[in-house]
Amino acid sequence: MLLDIIIDGLIKGSVYALLAIGFSLVLGVARIINIAHTALYMTAAYLIYMGTKLMGLPAPVAMLASIVLTVILGLLIYNFFIRPIQEHEAAVLIATIAVAMMIQEVFLMTFGGHYLGVSPLVEGYATIMGVKVTYQHLLALGLALVILVGVRLFLLKTRLGLAIRSTAQDREVANLMGMNVTRVAMGTMGVSVGLAAITGAIVVPLVTVEPTMWMHPLIMMLAIVVLGGLGSIEGSFVGAYILGFAESLVVFLLPMGAFLKDSVALSIMILVLLIRPDGLFGVSFEEER
Amino acid sequence: MKTLKLFGLVFAALVLSFALCLPAGAAAPIKIGVLGPMSFTQGEGHWNGASMAADEINKAGGIKVGKEMRPIELVKVDTNEFLSIPDATNAAELAVRRHKVDFLVGGFRTEAVLVMQDIAMDAKKVFIGCGAAHPALCTKVTKDYDRYKYWFRLTPINSKFLGKVDFILLGTVAHIMKKTLGIKKIKVAVVAEKAAWADPIVNISKKLLPAKMGMEVVGVWRPSPVAKDCTAELSAIQRAGAHIVFTTFSSSVGLTFAKQMGELKVPAAAVGINVESQKSGFWGATGGKGEYAETINTYARVEITPKTIPFYDKYVKLYKQAPNYTAGTYDALYILKEAVERVGTVDSDKVVSALEKTDYIDTAGRVVFDKSHDVTWGPNYVTSIGTQWQDGEMKCVWPYHWQKVFYKGTVPYKLAPWIIDYWKNKK
Repeated sequence: MLLDIIIDGLIKGSVYALLAIGFSLVLGVARIINIAHTALYMTAAYLIYMGTKLMGLPAPVAMLASIVLTVILGLLIYNFFIRPIQEHEAAVLIATIAVAMMIQEVFLMTFGGHYLGVSPLVEGYATIMGVKVTYQHLLALGLALVILVGVRLFLLKTRLGLAIRSTAQDREVANLMGMNVTRVAMGTMGVSVGLAAITGAIVVPLVTVEPTMWMHPLIMMLAIVVLGGLGSIEGSFVGAYILGFAESLVVFLLPMGAFLKDSVALSIMILVLLIRPDGLFGVSFEEER
Repeated sequence: MKTLKLFGLVFAALVLSFALCLPAGAAAPIKIGVLGPMSFTQGEGHWNGASMAADEINKAGGIKVGKEMRPIELVKVDTNEFLSIPDATNAAELAVRRHKVDFLVGGFRTEAVLVMQDIAMDAKKVFIGCGAAHPALCTKVTKDYDRYKYWFRLTPINSKFLGKVDFILLGTVAHIMKKTLGIKKIKVAVVAEKAAWADPIVNISKKLLPAKMGMEVVGVWRPSPVAKDCTAELSAIQRAGAHIVFTTFSSSVGLTFAKQMGELKVPAAAVGINVESQKSGFWGATGGKGEYAETINTYARVEITPKTIPFYDKYVKLYKQAPNYTAGTYDALYILKEAVERVGTVDSDKVVSALEKTDYIDTAGRVVFDKSHDVTWGPNYVTSIGTQWQDGEMKCVWPYHWQKVFYKGTVPYKLAPWIIDYWKNKK
């Protein structure tokens, strides 16, 4: 059973980590609480469905196209809905909720409330020490780890990465040092939405595509970000795996309470916050200002 | 003078012809409100079924009310009940107060239908339910007849009988597995979404399976109705050595579960209730991985009555999908037509007394309403059916000579090859 929990937790944690790191990046750099983050993840999933099932495109082409289109949509949303009110954090929060709802309604009107599916890139399953895991899950795990390492290298080794990190550390000082904070925020938004789109592309064969598929990941992502510490990328990474393993533990140890897996994950978040109010790797915005 | 006379004649002829045409042309339509979540499959079923029946009835001249033929006018009422119960309340109020409908058909989620039922009863409007299965909707009729007598349920059969059919399907598959694979004691994993309607099935399963059906319950799993991943549950079920997974799903988790079960080739047969597998989109949404999933159902291309296959074929031709149980609005309109024609009025109280005498062969069986205005279940009435996905098609596999009931077109149940291989090699 331990192996089941480890494998299942790893897969869940990796997918959550991809979503949470993107969200955390833009929160840390631009103080944007982008509630539409998972709605953009859903957009990528729908675009892949359209590309593969309705237009007959090969899956990798549809995936690439969906990532590019989603990033463009994300940047347009930033430019028209977020940038003008960026200084008012509460307004940004509400505006992005509205954007997420709009995206949901667009897909509901276009595709109805039907549950749709996309074929896996790789069929079949592997048996790892008695545990059956589909190749698509393994692919998702592998890709998620590669992307996570890629993001890490991007942040550490590139000029934009350096700019993002320094802006995340102290926005005012970065601005005083001559950095174009708005442009960095725009770049971060692009990277963040790109991560949401990549997550959508990776997991679309594993999930059911439907207009409310953004809500559950949103709750989990918010929990992870709060657990890890608002705006902390390392915190999001660790938080994602903690909640991923927590979910798996509940299903295996408490089958009758499998539906409680989200509640247990959220309870862990509250518990950690009671002990460490800034989260595991907390970045206090108040102190920074 | 001559011109004036001619003008007078033409005018008289015009008035006469207008007067003659008046009864047929100006007959007020009978307004029927179709309640359903119109952006979802269930609402589409409500609307498509009703539209098909209304078109047919109107083409044949309409409904004969006394001496006049009145056409049907459908009012599409989007209840949005999947996302918001208050929306359903507003929609039902709108239908009754603003559109002033004569009758109501449809409804899906019990929570929403309970509220819409009250609105219809207050307005004394006959409401034929085609979607919600909870017995409480009908027990209200027996408890407070004067208030709730306007309510009737047509589809599906109520959850008490759904439960009965559920266990019959389970018993049938267990028998097949014992016979084919030589298993002595069948082990069952009970998997039910965490929803109030599923609780009684879980509780009965835990008692009934070991005590009356000679099976062992290896565990009970209760995923969320909207769970997006069930691989953990499936791993645990395999570890428990289950031969059968007894499913109780009405939400999207049914799709996720069936898809992942097929992907992982779990060596257990899935049988029970899985509303998602009743839809024609199930095959595409699971990428064919939902093959061999069995569920209770209302329609399949099988001769339940002489009306079933023509209805099924026409529905598929028109809407490019198979009808689900909410398309029972098709029969609801014909049953209403018959009742109205018998009493010659649309007066709700008189239509109620006519509906109580209904004995009508519809597309799902013989409809007779019981004292609680619920559709009667059993051999020679409405039985419901068991369907299984086989080679991309939804096939009827039950009743297969059950209580002397066999519908032409029914095929034998199939065990997945990987189940046969696994348990034969295990011996």
